Amino acid sequence: MSDSTDMSDDLGDAHENCSETLHELYHFLDGELTDDKRAAIQLHLEECPPCFEAFDFEAEIKAYIASKCQEKSPDSLRARIAEAIGHEPPA
Amino acid sequence: MADQATFSEQAMPLMDSLYGAALRMTRNKSDAEDLVQEAYLKAYRGFGGFEQGTNLKAWMYRILTNTYINIYRAKKRRPDETDLAEVEDLYLYRRLGGLEGATAGRSAEDELLDLFTESEIKDALESLPENFRMAVLLADVEGFAYKEIADILDIPIGTVMSRLHRGRKGLQKQLYEFAVARGLAEPEPADDEQSIPETTGS
Repeated sequence: MSDSTDMSDDLGDAHENCSETLHELYHFLDGELTDDKRAAIQLHLEECPPCFEAFDFEAEIKAYIASKCQEKSPDSLRARIAEAIGHEPPA
Repeated sequence: MADQATFSEQAMPLMDSLYGAALRMTRNKSDAEDLVQEAYLKAYRGFGGFEQGTNLKAWMYRILTNTYINIYRAKKRRPDETDLAEVEDLYLYRRLGGLEGATAGRSAEDELLDLFTESEIKDALESLPENFRMAVLLADVEGFAYKEIADILDIPIGTVMSRLHRGRKGLQKQLYEFAVARGLAEPEPADDEQSIPETTGS
């Protein structure tokens, strides 16, 4: 386990660009930024390994959560719903 | 007009995703199945009001969410408005980020895979208070845009963003606790950061 105090020194507070970038982290990962803003952040990430690492980590977690929460609906449910809809009067 | 064939063709493929969301909402299989069935029936009956060409998945999620709120919240005296403790940004990264590169040649995803099981991820999400859980579910599992989430939950976009922000941090804190419980990470030091200002006596 690494020393977390080192990391927080690297992250955010040192440069204005870093704190602005980290502030937009989730808007970036969620695809909610304008093209201009997105490009600016992309540029910063290319030249700033600490920010890149943080973005990469959060992106991995986001993807990991999505991949672990996929479900398959039971066939019996599917059949039950199809049947129930079949019994509905046509609207 | 609610054409049965059209509805089935368009809506039935969404069932896995809706069932997954229902499981995270109700936290049990039998309630989740009932919820999905109820939502499909409502959707079918209201399908005439669905505007073809708009987002059917978001429309179905809105029905699912409303159905959930009507059925399951009615069972409780009060809606689940439990708040979440304040958690610092990048909570997990500041604690586990250093694992990356610790074993050369393995990706961060492999490291995370080792750390958290599928059921821990689900439990962590389900541990969040309802408001926060829904926002994280819709954004991170289902990939809805903020605007779509705002429409589905009928809340302003600013509220979506703040619930997401805090919900994600809460989820990370829960995951960290799982890692600690399994001896994979150090427990947090007791909260003694009273930050006593250093007074340099004259």
